[in-house]
Amino acid sequence: MALKAELINEKTSWQDLTEGLQIHEPATSKLFETGEWRTSTPVWEKEKCKQCLLCVPYCPDTCILVTEGKRDDFDYAHCKGCGICVKACPFGAITMKEGE
Amino acid sequence: MAIKERMSGNEAVAHAIKQINPDVMPAFPITPSTEIPQFVSTMIANGEIDTEFIPVESEHSSMSAAIGASAAGARTLTATSSCGLALMWEVLYVAASNRLPIMMEVVNRALSGPININAEHSDSMGARDSGWIQIYAENNQEVYDNTLQAYRIAEHRSVKLPVMICQDGFITSHAVENITLLEDEPVKKFVGSYEPEHYLLKEDEAMAVGPYAISGYCMEAKRAQAQAMINAKEVILQVAKEFEELSGRSYGFFEEYCLEDAEYAIVAIGSVCGTIKETIDKLRAKGCRVGLLKVRVFRPFPGEEMAAALKNCKAIAIMDRCEGYNATGGPLGAELTAALYRTKATAETVNIIYGLSGRDVKVSDVEEVYEKLERLAQGDNCFGEYPYIGLRSNN
Amino acid sequence: MANIPILGLEAIIEPSEPAQGGGMEKSMEQKNTFNFREIQEREERLAPGHRMCAGCGGTIAVRNVLKALHPGDKAVIGNATGCLEVSSFMYPYTAYEDSYIHNVFENAGATLSGVETAYKALKKKGKIKEDYKFITFGGDGGTYDIGLQSLSGAMERGHDMVYVCYDNGAYMNTGVQRSSATPMYADTTTTPTGKVSDGKPQTRKDLAAIIAAHNIPYVAQTTFIGNMKDLYVKAEKAIYTPGAAFLNIMAPCPRGWKYDAPDIIEICKLAVETCYWPLFEIVDGKWILSYKPKNKLPLEDFLRKQGRFKHLFKPGNEHLLEAFQNEVDKRWEELLFRCGE
Repeated sequence: MALKAELINEKTSWQDLTEGLQIHEPATSKLFETGEWRTSTPVWEKEKCKQCLLCVPYCPDTCILVTEGKRDDFDYAHCKGCGICVKACPFGAITMKEGE
Repeated sequence: MAIKERMSGNEAVAHAIKQINPDVMPAFPITPSTEIPQFVSTMIANGEIDTEFIPVESEHSSMSAAIGASAAGARTLTATSSCGLALMWEVLYVAASNRLPIMMEVVNRALSGPININAEHSDSMGARDSGWIQIYAENNQEVYDNTLQAYRIAEHRSVKLPVMICQDGFITSHAVENITLLEDEPVKKFVGSYEPEHYLLKEDEAMAVGPYAISGYCMEAKRAQAQAMINAKEVILQVAKEFEELSGRSYGFFEEYCLEDAEYAIVAIGSVCGTIKETIDKLRAKGCRVGLLKVRVFRPFPGEEMAAALKNCKAIAIMDRCEGYNATGGPLGAELTAALYRTKATAETVNIIYGLSGRDVKVSDVEEVYEKLERLAQGDNCFGEYPYIGLRSNN
Repeated sequence: MANIPILGLEAIIEPSEPAQGGGMEKSMEQKNTFNFREIQEREERLAPGHRMCAGCGGTIAVRNVLKALHPGDKAVIGNATGCLEVSSFMYPYTAYEDSYIHNVFENAGATLSGVETAYKALKKKGKIKEDYKFITFGGDGGTYDIGLQSLSGAMERGHDMVYVCYDNGAYMNTGVQRSSATPMYADTTTTPTGKVSDGKPQTRKDLAAIIAAHNIPYVAQTTFIGNMKDLYVKAEKAIYTPGAAFLNIMAPCPRGWKYDAPDIIEICKLAVETCYWPLFEIVDGKWILSYKPKNKLPLEDFLRKQGRFKHLFKPGNEHLLEAFQNEVDKRWEELLFRCGE
């Protein structure tokens, strides 16, 4: 019987895989935590942030979400630490720290 | 009420398509299947069907667009032959692995080198391992009937595989013969509508099709796909039974013609079976115990069932209308011989190549085969390594 | 919010007049409707957790094109094989909120043509109630080269869809082999620099011009500049113009171009300011320039930031730099002429 994506892994039997390897749930990639890839981490300095939201579109990993017109803190479960947001910020409100 | 008509195989297919009224047909012309998209385009132009036709720019795109349309929830078909089928080879596998019930009318024609437009099974045989169901026809009646049954098989919830409906190029596709058609309403009722459980355009559900999968998943995925092909056997027979109630014509995996008490049998696919039946009638009148096993379903391969039907034979000639260059014969020869071996059959067998690029087979050729089979059964290796019918040779 | 420095852009980018193809959505009929904040607040259609490299330009392109869809509008996303596909739909993880189909490498155009036609057929029969948009993505490999036939067919037949090329200038997924989109003299694994080689000998193919020759209502070239206004406005027009549309987006690749991932913003800016990657639209066959730099920077400034061009700065290779500069100048002049500038 086809399992949900969160239960499917390399131990799943052939009977329990989804038919035709189709996936019938949206955005199951959220289950995979690419944050583990990081070797350096962006830190958001809230006091310096002017909420211009310019960092938001530049994140390749959708790790800066916007709630009620303001950016949230980073989604560290998925952030890969690419550092683009640092350069996108005109106010120096994001800095990279070594390590996770 | 049956309707008596005279039609070519392509016209019969077009008539079936008209009665089915599918949603989408992407197609590219190639002899001898070209008439099919032409007939469909004319029907559309006259408002006779609702089908959306996509005049794609190559056969690779025919199958690609068919995959897109079928995944989106539309009943989809295409038609091709020969190199057109070869060009879409890569995506045939994807249609099957994505479990999409696409129908494809294959008007069998020789694959190139040299380019030739006449009947041969090298095209569909070349795709025999792509995961498609393959059903062959002896004549226009059969290709019409097979087309009507195709979606019922393909769309069945335990199958969901694409299906090739094959007929011999020019010999049946273009020759006009008598045919008995079914009325529109009963056909519509029999075929029903396509109601997929999951499709790209489904309201309130997102669906993703065509993943990259790491090796840890692939073997299981292929086993699951193989199960669908196994399930298809039963479904094919079920649908045929229902079709018989509708039409009075019965179908199975194959047709047995004078096979029950036959000592010498030929196994073959397609239009040549008409010539073989003619020969059998002639020889039976003389008291020869000869018979024919005409293969209708090649995929899934009904090996066990064929072996059972042939169990009383002393010698069997397995005829392939294509070369496999495996130095022993053709694909039907290879697969049936393996099935016979599994059942510990003791009959002598020979693989014969015939009819390449439309080369004609005469009643006298078939008579010779039966005559040699009798000698083969007595230990006379009169066929040689693996023979060709009608080949000009110096030795 | 006043005085946000938009990362140094000198000239204003104005949206052009909407395409005359007919039936443009209401919001586009007014000028200056670009609302950056509102777009950032929209729901994300590309989820995190995909396996693209950290800093991948292709992903930035996809994320922002999908953001150009109006909230609540439904879409089917298509994708050719390539970096994006293998990373964004790796069983059982799909990074898409919308329905998605990948087929093989060279048939993104044909595949989405099939989906769009199914939509037409099923809508006609009353089986589909909602409206859908159709957007397919391909890298330059699957678009300029192996996928060109399929793209051409889809555009020529006028399917109501958008083909978006995320152009990172090489077959990146298989390890940086040259494509017809690769710039001249670029070092790739099939045009490596060596004792008797200066990198790719040929110049780039102008795909936007090729697609424009298909007489479709909308073609545009863009990349990531400032607050992405150029990209959003063009993506919205492409999506909401009835008929076939094509977007060519320069999407730098930190691995293939050999630069530090955070430098992507500067690289895109230099690509535009040196006129290596001009921003323009072709609306109903009319060429319209989106941006003309007040001070056209020397191509060197763009090349210097990328390791794949470092051989051009070796003493003795000045003639190569000159040839490349001349090529860029020649194309820029041709573009200016086409746009009536």
